Amino acid sequence: MSLLKQSLQDIHKRLTSKDLSVAELVDESYRRISEVEPKVKAFITLNEEQARADASHMDKLLQAGESERGLLFGLPVGIKDNIVTEGLLTTCASQFLSNYTPIYNATVMTKLHSAQTITIGKMNMDEFAMGGSNENSSYYQTHNPWNLEYVPGGSSGGSAAAVAAGEVYFALGSDTGGSIRQPASYCGVVGLKPTYGLVSRYGLVAFASSLDQIGPLTKNVEDAAYVLQAIAGHDPLDSTSAVVDIPDYVGSLSGDIRGMRIAVPKEYMGAGVDLAVKERICAALKVLEELGATWEEVSLPHTEYAVATYYLLASSEASSNLSRYDGVRYGVRAKDADNLMEVYMKSRSQGFGPEVKRRIMLGTYALSSGYYDAYYLKAQKVRTLIKQDFDKVFESYDLIVGPTAPTTAFKLGEQVDDPLTMYLNDILTIPVSLAGIPAISVPCGLANGLPVGLQLIARPFDESTLLRAAHAFEQHTDYHKAEPQL
Amino acid sequence: MAVTTNDVEHVAKLARLELSEHEKDRFTEQLNAILTYADKLNELDTDLVQPTTHVLRLVNVMRDDLVRPSLTIEQVMNNAPEEEDGQFRVPAVLE
Repeated sequence: MSLLKQSLQDIHKRLTSKDLSVAELVDESYRRISEVEPKVKAFITLNEEQARADASHMDKLLQAGESERGLLFGLPVGIKDNIVTEGLLTTCASQFLSNYTPIYNATVMTKLHSAQTITIGKMNMDEFAMGGSNENSSYYQTHNPWNLEYVPGGSSGGSAAAVAAGEVYFALGSDTGGSIRQPASYCGVVGLKPTYGLVSRYGLVAFASSLDQIGPLTKNVEDAAYVLQAIAGHDPLDSTSAVVDIPDYVGSLSGDIRGMRIAVPKEYMGAGVDLAVKERICAALKVLEELGATWEEVSLPHTEYAVATYYLLASSEASSNLSRYDGVRYGVRAKDADNLMEVYMKSRSQGFGPEVKRRIMLGTYALSSGYYDAYYLKAQKVRTLIKQDFDKVFESYDLIVGPTAPTTAFKLGEQVDDPLTMYLNDILTIPVSLAGIPAISVPCGLANGLPVGLQLIARPFDESTLLRAAHAFEQHTDYHKAEPQL
Repeated sequence: MAVTTNDVEHVAKLARLELSEHEKDRFTEQLNAILTYADKLNELDTDLVQPTTHVLRLVNVMRDDLVRPSLTIEQVMNNAPEEEDGQFRVPAVLE
């Protein structure tokens, strides 16, 4: 068994007994990368020199009998390339930032450094997190380790693929409309989107500020609980971060979900969802019943308006957030600009890919004079209705369950020509983002050789219930043990 | 609400984007498709509904007005495309 597939406790024990060194963990990571990266292409930048130096330093600490060590100590980690890492190239998979080396660390990086993980490299993604297949990366395509002709999902495609392929122990991704959960589902790994405001956005390159959240992609639920524990918490540097007490997420993994009341929205099991996916979800519901939970069908009546709402709001916020890319202070400035206006126009036009331009255009239009009320304001009101649907259900239920995506991964190139079809892949993840509530995707089996994800959704700041249920399900099944044959 | 190529040109200028003729045509088509889909939202009566700008409804998150260490000029200029005397250099703004 690869070192990177061993449990946190086993690794911790072996490091303590000096049976294992951090250098060996890092070696395993880069060895595996050299073996599978030509096929998977999950990374944009590798941090090998620094990672090995860090490993060496940490092994000295181990030798000196360093006592205070968390379970994340020494773990090789992948970081999505829209999370700023001081001194390490951060591109957001865009040509505009192909030369950008941040001068500061994201808060999640500061927290991971405290937890003493090792940054192996920066993960490929859809440009500026806009996409659901990783096909919008301006660098190259990441491939799904389960079938290389298929997409890994997006926008955290590189993060999901690297965990699935065993190149890193875990990864951080970001989720705005499903960008952690959907690739987790496609790649057969665990992906968690926390409640909006639980994890600091300081240092997460902004796409849609009222929706973006950083979260873990891991091989199992326990790992996700440990990572969330490390990265959650109020941050004075992020004025949108929540002031809440952080519970003991790991302690909530009791395995006991007896009496848990589960709601299954009929809109999530409708005509657009593949039969094979539905079968896996129904099988998963049986497992949850065996574990003592009960489930009933409910309705989230405004589900059908979620995709339109999301694309108006997210694009509008993105058009504002991406206006900072002017070629003046950082990024690639166009060489053929004769005046200041051309610096802006040519740098942006040359630096941004088509999907980014499309969303900026959509957002600018929706916010422009004459259209603001009809589109942006309208969408914000519908957002309230969508959130209220969830509030109502959570009055009588503890958890909402359904598929993470309507299908398994699709073939590379299959959807590039039709943006609207691509947008509809996110129909099951988007409502959760609009409501700002937490959700997790866990593997629940294969359909046609490709992973299916089960999505569990909980009340705001109730990640404990989410993790407990996900963990209980996982431990009662073997799906998380399946590995792609690379 | 049909989007015309003129609209696309106007919006592109607002967004500081330079589009080719081909891009203008493609975006006109795609924006129309997306906005037609978005017209769905008009099925809903939202007259009495409050907009949700932020799910947490935080208000006036402030910090004490205390001077703290900030970035050095060197750090700030680290990624500058063009620099002169610790300043970002751009083409002349005024004639």
